[in-house]
Amino acid sequence: MRTTVPFLILAVLTLAGGVAAMTLRRLVHCALALTVSFAGLAALYLNLGAEFAGLAQLLVYVGAIAILIVFAILLTRGGDDKAEPSFSPAGPAGAVLALAVFAVLAWAVETSGLAHPAAIPAAPPEPMRALGFALMQRYVLPLEVIGLMLTAAMIGAVILALREKRPQTPESPRSAAP
Amino acid sequence: MTALPAPTADQIWVWIKAWLVIHTPAPFQALVSIVCIVAAIIVVFASLFALTVLLERKGLGRIQNRYGPNRVGPCGILQPIADAVKSLTKEDIVPRSADHVVHYLAPLVLVAASFLAYAVLPIGRNMTAVNLDAGVLFFFAIGAASELAVFMAGWSSRNKYSLLGAMRAIAQMVSYEVPLILSSIAVVMIAGTLSTSAIVHEQARTTHGIAHWYAFTPWGLAGFILFMIAATAVTNRSPFDLPEGESEIIAGYFIEYSGFKFALFFLAEYLEMFAVSGLGITLFLGGWSSPVSFLAWIPSWIWFFAKLLVLICCFIWVRGTLPRLRMDQLMNFAWKFMLPMTLFVILSAGIWRFLPVTVAGSAALGAVVRWLVCALVVLLPYGTLARTLESGRKIEKREYRFAD
Repeated sequence: MRTTVPFLILAVLTLAGGVAAMTLRRLVHCALALTVSFAGLAALYLNLGAEFAGLAQLLVYVGAIAILIVFAILLTRGGDDKAEPSFSPAGPAGAVLALAVFAVLAWAVETSGLAHPAAIPAAPPEPMRALGFALMQRYVLPLEVIGLMLTAAMIGAVILALREKRPQTPESPRSAAP
Repeated sequence: MTALPAPTADQIWVWIKAWLVIHTPAPFQALVSIVCIVAAIIVVFASLFALTVLLERKGLGRIQNRYGPNRVGPCGILQPIADAVKSLTKEDIVPRSADHVVHYLAPLVLVAASFLAYAVLPIGRNMTAVNLDAGVLFFFAIGAASELAVFMAGWSSRNKYSLLGAMRAIAQMVSYEVPLILSSIAVVMIAGTLSTSAIVHEQARTTHGIAHWYAFTPWGLAGFILFMIAATAVTNRSPFDLPEGESEIIAGYFIEYSGFKFALFFLAEYLEMFAVSGLGITLFLGGWSSPVSFLAWIPSWIWFFAKLLVLICCFIWVRGTLPRLRMDQLMNFAWKFMLPMTLFVILSAGIWRFLPVTVAGSAALGAVVRWLVCALVVLLPYGTLARTLESGRKIEKREYRFAD
């Protein structure tokens, strides 16, 4: 009972955020509602005792992704237009897809054996330390590969965003300025 | 229930809380325990806010060769009360075209996020509100919420200046969070833990009567300076207060807030400053520990708040001394100077960790070698970087065409 009440509150909060993100009319409101959903998910992780996952979720999704979404909205569309909530004809198909995904996930969780408390392995005494050692020893190669990929992606993004140096022509006096 | 700790001066607050908890009926003990901690944090840091506002106004007045507030109470010491009454009684104006819900929520989210950060700060021996295994990570994760609150305030006001201010604030916070986190990584590496209380315990050990503060090591000193510079920028303090820039965008993201909501923004800004200074103290200045062992009789919480006040005075001093940066200077400084320097600090900390403590059988020689090598790893790049960034730039006497 003591663990289910916070879980219920957080679950309702997360779902409400998700529903609001899809139904609200203003794009920025949707982004903020999505952030509530992210934060609720982080709190759920914390509630489960997964400290690192919860805090990383907070740091990455609330701190970075939400800001990115909001910036993207403001820089591309002005964020002012009140789009009608779109009930596209593809709605029923989307619902079927969502249900199928949910069914697959539920089946995977149910058959993995983790749904039953007895099968859950005990957490190590110092989870952060254990996680650090796992990342730095056993999984160090995937970690490095991901790091390299992200660096490459970042450099690529910078190159795409760089203003191209045009040859100095009389038509473009601004590019000639230092 | 555990037994009461000894009511010494050092543990007096822990003792009072334990006494209160023991003398409540069992079903309410958890609640009373939580309320005690939360109330204490809110009361103490809100009063520190009042004290700091007074200190800042007085100090800035002195620096700018004027008196500062001197009308309310003797020498103006009751000025914070007058300020509070004023902001409480002012009319709360919401622009007609503003987004009312978001406009209302923004200051609340900001203040709540600022207060949450105190949960992991050890303000005295056994005085950490929540002893998280990943305390440092928690601190930075909660700090992320304040960026969103700033955006909410700037966007919902429907004012171009507030939106510009919010954009500036977010760009600045995101850029300076990188050196802030990277400089604390050096400490996490050496301490081998993310828990704030464990980091302080690690620094409270003494050798020959001197504590093992990380600020006493070359990488720690450099890291501390970088951390505090980044902290100044993340909390939007002068000289990094572009988001407020009165002369160009009036007051930035809280321009459309009045009355108590404005006071909440003000409060949140100072709370963030205290919190990040508290983290700096925890990471580099030994938290609640005393620097030398013969001063260890002074209660731990007094040490923490003494260090905090010193850092606050430095903030005020810097604000009264340095002019505001330009946006391009701000960004260049963050990415071209702060980021490489913090990486070299991490390298230096790594070398510090793996260099032998004794060289040729002598501990003193080993310490000197370790010190020199680690200091060089930080100082050489500093010199090169500073020269490279300065080269090609001519500093000459400015001519004011319109002022003469």
